[in-house]
Parts: sequence; structure tokens; C-alpha cells
Amino acid sequence: METYYKPEDLKKFADVAEFDGDLAKKFFEYYGAVFEEGALTAREKSLIALAVAHTVQCPYCIDAYSHDALEKGCSEEQMMEAVHVSTAIRGGSSLVHGVQMMNHVKKVSM
Amino acid sequence: MIVKSLKFRNSKLADSSEQIEILQNTIQDSGEDNFSNYIKRSGIEKLTSRKIEIFQINMGKMCNQTCKHCHVDAGPDRKEIMTRETMQMCLDKLFETDIPTIDLTGGAPELNPDFRWFVTELKKLNRHIMVRCNLTIILSNPGFNDLPDFFAENNIEVVSSLPYYQKINTDRQRGDGVFEKSIKALQMLNERGYGKQGSGLILNLVYNPSGAFLPGPQHSLENDFKKELMDKYGIVFNNLFTITNMPVSRFLEYLIDSGNYVDYMEKLITSFNAAAVRNVMCTNTISIGWDGYLYDCDFNQMLDMKVKDNLKDHISNFDLNYLDTREIITGQHCFGCTAGSGSSCGGAIS
Repeated sequence: METYYKPEDLKKFADVAEFDGDLAKKFFEYYGAVFEEGALTAREKSLIALAVAHTVQCPYCIDAYSHDALEKGCSEEQMMEAVHVSTAIRGGSSLVHGVQMMNHVKKVSM
Repeated sequence: MIVKSLKFRNSKLADSSEQIEILQNTIQDSGEDNFSNYIKRSGIEKLTSRKIEIFQINMGKMCNQTCKHCHVDAGPDRKEIMTRETMQMCLDKLFETDIPTIDLTGGAPELNPDFRWFVTELKKLNRHIMVRCNLTIILSNPGFNDLPDFFAENNIEVVSSLPYYQKINTDRQRGDGVFEKSIKALQMLNERGYGKQGSGLILNLVYNPSGAFLPGPQHSLENDFKKELMDKYGIVFNNLFTITNMPVSRFLEYLIDSGNYVDYMEKLITSFNAAAVRNVMCTNTISIGWDGYLYDCDFNQMLDMKVKDNLKDHISNFDLNYLDTREIITGQHCFGCTAGSGSSCGGAIS
């Protein structure tokens, strides 16, 4: 079936270097450095990445970081809590604009 | 759901040649992706033994559990166990060597009726003995309830599988109710002093992934296990070993049935770690099958790939000089030991 997103394309991520090797090299070096153990553990970073993957709704990232989080020893409960954090922020970002709506309604209403 | 062994179900995968064919005749074994080509590219012409330090004995395929991932295809329906005659040959050959460590595995080695006799005889050789105890065996029958005492009296190192510190993942892999029994057995071992500082009684746990993914960093997982098991159950242990699931027997069946086989093999291959090759367990281990045949490792044993020299492939013609320097037989399954941080019966290796 023809789809925009093909699971096998995730394995070709590094192929983006074909059109611009210099920027790809810089990006992947940066990417690797970001996910190294630091002030945050590699496991914490994996859970953050999983949450962000759901926020940006990237199927490649969701597959990659679901797998990565398992490999980092995260439980299913922790992974779902990370998705709920993403959901709460997404939902909250809509809801907080309700204040703007209320401001406008109050301004123009008697 | 009750899992039966591949052999009981007359599965095609019960035939090791069928497994080898699957492993060899997929994309991975052609040209560049052949394991021996990978090790050559990492500067090793042939994988050879350095010196045998571990004498690993499979005491039989009989087990009280039927774990979904078992590379031995062990279970209650497997009746192949080591005879006392073969054990005596092991004792005789060990007596002539200075191999320091004896590793008893199975199945559940304790189910062999000669297990205690064998351990008592091994102790007389003054070697370090470890037993791969599945924990639930201790609670499976009143006759096994005193195993912690027996282990302690003989100062045996206990190595036990616990795939996760939560029930859901553990029971999915090892069977319903296994987690709770494992926790109880660990508490019994702790009560006997196992895992406690200063007791000299070593209790190590084994983590292996509950699915088609690689284990994470050993140290980080060990910290998680120690915290969770202490906080929730008051359990202590010494070390956690992370072991990669090998694409052999029932784990191979799981990979194929779940549609994960190709991706998993690709993951093992792309995660090849040249630094792990020199320390893979076959370079310091000899694996003895329940029937006395000799193998480079436990996984080769399950694939019926005996040591190379067929005149020296049985305990009855054990030749340490040959085995200490033998060329090791490899296959595509070997990528399981060289992926990521590497994997061995003693955990990560690089």
C-alpha cells in the first residue's frame, strides 16, 4: 500500500547526507552528543524524546524512541506517563488560550 | 497460556538444522553480513579459545518452567537429563585440570535427581561453583524448599533470571505466577544470607529483554533493579548481568511468529561491537551437553554445533590441550553475543 510514511525509511535517515554531507555530519554529531549521559541520564533523555515524538507526531520518532526506551529499561507505565505529559502540555496549550478567548469575550461584551 | 516445548509440539524448529538454515538463508548470511567476515574486519582472522576458565555443564533440559524465550527449549515435557555416569566423567576430567569455575545450568539443574550428589562431589575438587537457578524451583515442591540451605552450605554462587522488577513483564516471558514465586524465593535466599554484604554468599540476577530489543546499559539497569527490589520487597543482590536474547529455539520462534525476525537480526548486525569479540564467552568456556558432548558455548549446544574436532567432541575424550586453543565454530546467531555492549553468561562484556 502506498503511504507517505514508510517504516523502512527510518533506517535511511543517514542518507540525508547524500544531498548535503556537511550539514548532515554536523547534525548527527550534535544529535549523538545530545543523547549522551549528562546532567540527565540517557534513560531520562529517552523518555523526553518519546514524549516529544508524540507532540510532534513523528511516526519514525515514536517507533525509534519506543524501542530505545525499552532498551534503556523503561517500564510500559513510565512510557505511557511520558505520553501523558506530552498530552497534558498539548491539551494545556490549547486550554490556556481560553484565557485569551475570555479576555476578548469580556472586552466586547456588556 | 501454557507453553509447550518445540519438541513436544513437533515444531519444525525443534530440529536444529532447520534453525541453522533459517539463520543462514536469510539476507544476513550473504557476503558482507556473514559473521566470520565481520570478525575478520575487526582484525581477528579466526575466533579461538584463549584458555578454558569456565566448565559449563548442562544437567538436562527438564525444567519446571516453559519460558517463551528459552534457547534450550526446556520444559516439564523434556526428559533429557545427564546421567550419573556422565557426571562422573566430568568429575574425572575436572580432577585432571585446574579449570577454576564450574557453571551448572539446564533446564532446572536441581531437577536432576543426582544434582546434590554431583555438587557434593564437585566441592571436593575445590573449585568455584555456580548454579543457574530459576528461583521458582525452590517453591515448586517441598523437597526443594531447603535449596537455599544446600546452596549456602556448599558456598555455591546463585545466578537467577529475573527479566524485570515488575510482574507483568516477568510473567509474560516466564509464565503466570513466576514473578511472585521468584520474589518469595529471593527473599528466602536473602534470609539465608545470599546477596548480603559480608556473608560471602553471592546472589546475581540476570536481566534479559522481554521482547525483540537489546538490553540497556548493565550498570544503569542494576541500579534500577536494586532500588525497586529493595523499596518494594526488601530484596538485596550482588550484581545484575544483562544478557541478549539469542535467535535460537523458542526465542527464534517468537521472532518469526511476531514478525520481528528480520528487524531483530538487522539490529544485532548493525549493533556489532568489535570490542566485544575478543571477550565473548566461547573464548574462555567449554559447554558440556546433558549427553556429554562438548560445545563452544551453550548456544552452539542448542544448535547441535559440536566443537570442531569430532575425535575430541565428547567428555569421554576430553583433551584440554586441544580445547584450550581450539578454533571456535561460529554462525549468524553469534551476532547476539557481539551486539551493543556484548553479551555472555556473565553479562555485558565491553
